[in-house]
Amino acid sequence: MRIAVCVKQIPDPATPYDLDPVTHRVVRPNDQVLDDTDRFGVEVGLQLAEASEGTVTLFSMSPSGSLQGIRQALAMGADKAVIIDDENLAGSDALTTSRVLAAAIEREGFDLVIAGTESTDGYTGVVPQQIAELVDVPSLTFARKVEVTDGGIRIEQQTAGGYDVVEAPLPALLSVTSGVVEPRYPTFKGIMQAKKKPIDTLTAEDLGFSADQVGEAAAGQTITSVEPIPAREAGEIVEDDGEGYLKIVALLEQVKVI
Amino acid sequence: MSSTIRPGGETPNDFLQIDSLLDDEERLIRDTVREFVGDRVLPNVAEWFESGYLPKELAREMGAIGLLGMHLDGYGCAGTNAVSYGLACTELEAGDSGVRSFVSVQGSLAMYPIWAFGSEEQKQQWLPGMASGEIIGCFGLTEPDAGSDPGAMRTRARRDGDDWVIDGTKMWITNGGIADVAVVWAQTDEGIRGFIVPTDTPGFTANDIHHKLSLRASITSELVLDGVRLPADAALPGVVGLKGPLSCLNEARFGILFGAVGAGRASYEAALTYAKERVQFGHPIASYQLTQRKLVEMMVKVNKGMLLSVHLGRKHDDGTLTAEQISFGKMENVRDALEVAREARSILGANGITLDYPVIRHMNNLESVITYEGTNEVHTLVLGHAITGIPAFN
Ligand SMILES: Cc1cc2nc3c(=O)[nH]c(=O)nc-3n(C[C@H](O)[C@H](O)[C@H](O)COP(=O)(O)OP(=O)(O)OC[C@H]3O[C@@H](n4cnc5c(N)ncnc54)[C@H](O)[C@@H]3O)c2cc1C
Ligand SMILES: Cc1cc2nc3c(=O)[nH]c(=O)nc-3n(C[C@H](O)[C@H](O)[C@H](O)COP(=O)(O)OP(=O)(O)OC[C@H]3O[C@@H](n4cnc5c(N)ncnc54)[C@H](O)[C@@H]3O)c2cc1C
Repeated sequence: MRIAVCVKQIPDPATPYDLDPVTHRVVRPNDQVLDDTDRFGVEVGLQLAEASEGTVTLFSMSPSGSLQGIRQALAMGADKAVIIDDENLAGSDALTTSRVLAAAIEREGFDLVIAGTESTDGYTGVVPQQIAELVDVPSLTFARKVEVTDGGIRIEQQTAGGYDVVEAPLPALLSVTSGVVEPRYPTFKGIMQAKKKPIDTLTAEDLGFSADQVGEAAAGQTITSVEPIPAREAGEIVEDDGEGYLKIVALLEQVKVI
Repeated sequence: MSSTIRPGGETPNDFLQIDSLLDDEERLIRDTVREFVGDRVLPNVAEWFESGYLPKELAREMGAIGLLGMHLDGYGCAGTNAVSYGLACTELEAGDSGVRSFVSVQGSLAMYPIWAFGSEEQKQQWLPGMASGEIIGCFGLTEPDAGSDPGAMRTRARRDGDDWVIDGTKMWITNGGIADVAVVWAQTDEGIRGFIVPTDTPGFTANDIHHKLSLRASITSELVLDGVRLPADAALPGVVGLKGPLSCLNEARFGILFGAVGAGRASYEAALTYAKERVQFGHPIASYQLTQRKLVEMMVKVNKGMLLSVHLGRKHDDGTLTAEQISFGKMENVRDALEVAREARSILGANGITLDYPVIRHMNNLESVITYEGTNEVHTLVLGHAITGIPAFN
C-alpha cells in the first residue's frame, strides 16, 4: 500500500511565537517541530505499511527551515518526504494548502492519504476533507480506530455521543484523531537514518501552479485583525456557608451544563 | 505521548544556549529521551523511589528506542556518537539517577566489556539481547573489603581442567537481583580477568540490599559466587589486569558526568518555579536577594556542567579524551549537582523534604553518584597525581 501522510511543521508550542503585525502571518522560526497531532497519522501510516509491505511518504507544505519536524517523522520510520516550499505560497489559505498538497500527492501516486483532524496552530480542520475532494476519493474522517478490510478501510468515526462504523474502498483519505494509536518514539537508529532518507523539495510551479494561483494572491480568506487573548478575569468565589452547593448548582444551570 | 518542554532560545535552563553546540541529530535524540522520561519516568518515579523498586519492563521500552548500549556499534546497538549518549544520560538522570544508573550499567559496564574484550561468539550471544533489553546485565567489581581499591579484590577464578571455578563476594552491585548475566571481575593466576556469568549458574546468588536511603529506584545487590563453575569460553579473552574494569568505568563515568547535570538541572528548575510562586513576607521568595543568589549559583553550575560535558563529549568523539579529563568531569559535575540539589532543597522549605517534589530524591540519589564510579576523593587524587606527578593513593 502506498500511503501518503500529511504532516505539518509548526513553531514549537512550548516556546511563544509571534504574528507579523502587518500580514498577520505566523513568523515561522527556522526550527519547527512536527505537529503533535500528526504523529498519530504517521503512526497509523507506519502500522498499515508494516502490515502490507507498503511505503509511507510524508507531504508537507511549509518553509523547510531546518526540516527538524520532518526529520522527526522520518525518524519514526517514514520512507521519504515531499516538501512544498516556495515563497509564492506565503499567505496561502487552507484551500490553497489543500490544492497544493493534493497536487503533490497525486503526482507521487497513492492508495491511502492520512491527515490529522485539525492542526495545532491553524486548526481550521478543513484540509483533509478538501484534499479528499480534490483527489476525488472518499474521506473517512475522525477515525478513532482503523482496520484494513479486503480492498478497503474500515474505521470507527468519533461522534459526539460515541462512534459510527464507516467503510470505504481504496483509494481513500483518512483523518485520525489523537489517541487512535500510541505513536512510537523515534528510535536512535531511525534518527540516524533519517538524515539519509530522500526529501524532495518542490515549488508551486513544479506542481503546475502559477504565482497568481497560490499565496496571498489566490487567498479567498483574509485575516482582518488580530486581538490578544483578553487577560483572564478573576473568577467568582463562592463562600461555603453550608449552602454553597446550591449556588454551584445554580451556576451550572445558568451555563446550561446541567 | 504528551509533548514536553523543549529548550531553545534564552530559556533560564539553557542560559548559555548550549543547544547551539549540538547538531540536529543530537537534539532529536535528546528530545526523544526527554519525552520518554516525561512519559514513563516522571509520572511514576516518586512511587518507585518510595517502594524501592524499578520495573523490569522499562528495560525493553528503553531497548526499543535504542538506549541500551547506544554508543556501541553493531550487534543490535544504535551506534550513536558519545555526545548523544551523554545527552541521553542527562535526560535520564533529570528523571532519576536510578534510571540513569540502569542504563549506565547495562550499556557501559555490562555490554561494553563484552563488546570491547569479548570473542565474536560472546558478542553474538549476548549483545543483541542486551541491546533490546531482553537480557539484563550487571557488573561485579566492588567487594565488601575492596571499594576504592579494587585491586585488593579477593574473588578468585581458578582453572579446573578446561573449566573456570569462581569463589567470592561482590557488593553494591547495581541490577544484581534482576540481572540475567553478570560480568564478574576476579583474580586469576595471570591477573584480574572478566567473566560472563549467567545468573542461573549453580552457586550464584544475588541478595538485594535493603534500607537504602539513596538510589532507591534502582536494585543494588550482593553477589555470592560459591564454586561457580563456568566453561573455558566464559572468560573475556581480550584483556588481563585492572585496565579491563577501569576502561568500563571510564565509559560509565563519561555518562555520569553528563547525567549528574540532569539531576542538578531538574533540582534547579523545581527551585526556580517554586521560588517564583511561594510568597512569604508579602513577596515571592524569589524576590529576596538571598534566594536570587542561590538560584543564580545553581543556574551557573548547571550551565557550566553542561558546557564541560559537551566539551568532553566532543573529545570522546574525536578520540582525544583522557581518563584524567573524565575524572575532572565526574568529580566536578557530581559535586556541583549535589550542591545544587541541596540548595534547591533549602528553597523548597518543608515541601523540599517530600517526594511531592523531585529535589530531595535527587539530593539523596547524588550521595550514591558521588560515591560510586570513583569517589570524589579518588578522582581528586587522580587529578592530583596528574598535575604533580606524585601518586597519593597510599
Ligand atoms: C492567512 C494565512 C496565511 C498563511 N501563510 C502561509 C505561508 O506563508 N506559508 C505556508 O506554507 N502556509 C501558509 N498558510 C497555510 C497554513 O499554514 C495552513 O497549512 C493551512 O491554512 C491549513 O490550515 P490548518 O492548519 O488549519 O489545517 P487543518 O485542516 O486544521 O489541518 C488538518 C490536517 O491537515 C494536514 N495539514 C494541514 N496543513 C498542512 C500543511 N501545510 N502541510 C501538510 N499537512 C497539512 C495535517 O495533517 C493536519 O493535521 C497560511 C494560512 C493562512 C490562513
Ligand atoms: C548505589 C550504589 C551502586 C553501586 N553499584 C556498583 C556496581 O554496579 N558495581 C560495582 O562494582 N560497584 C558498585 N558500587 C560500589 C562503588 O563503586 C563503591 O562504593 C565505591 O567504589 C567506593 O567504595 P567503598 O564504598 O568501599 O568506599 P571506600 O573505598 O571504603 O571509601 C570510604 C571513604 O574513604 C575515602 N577514601 C578511600 N581511599 C582513600 C584514599 N586513598 N585517600 C583519601 N580518601 C580515600 C573514599 O573517598 C570514601 O570517602 C555501587 C555503590 C553504590 C552506593
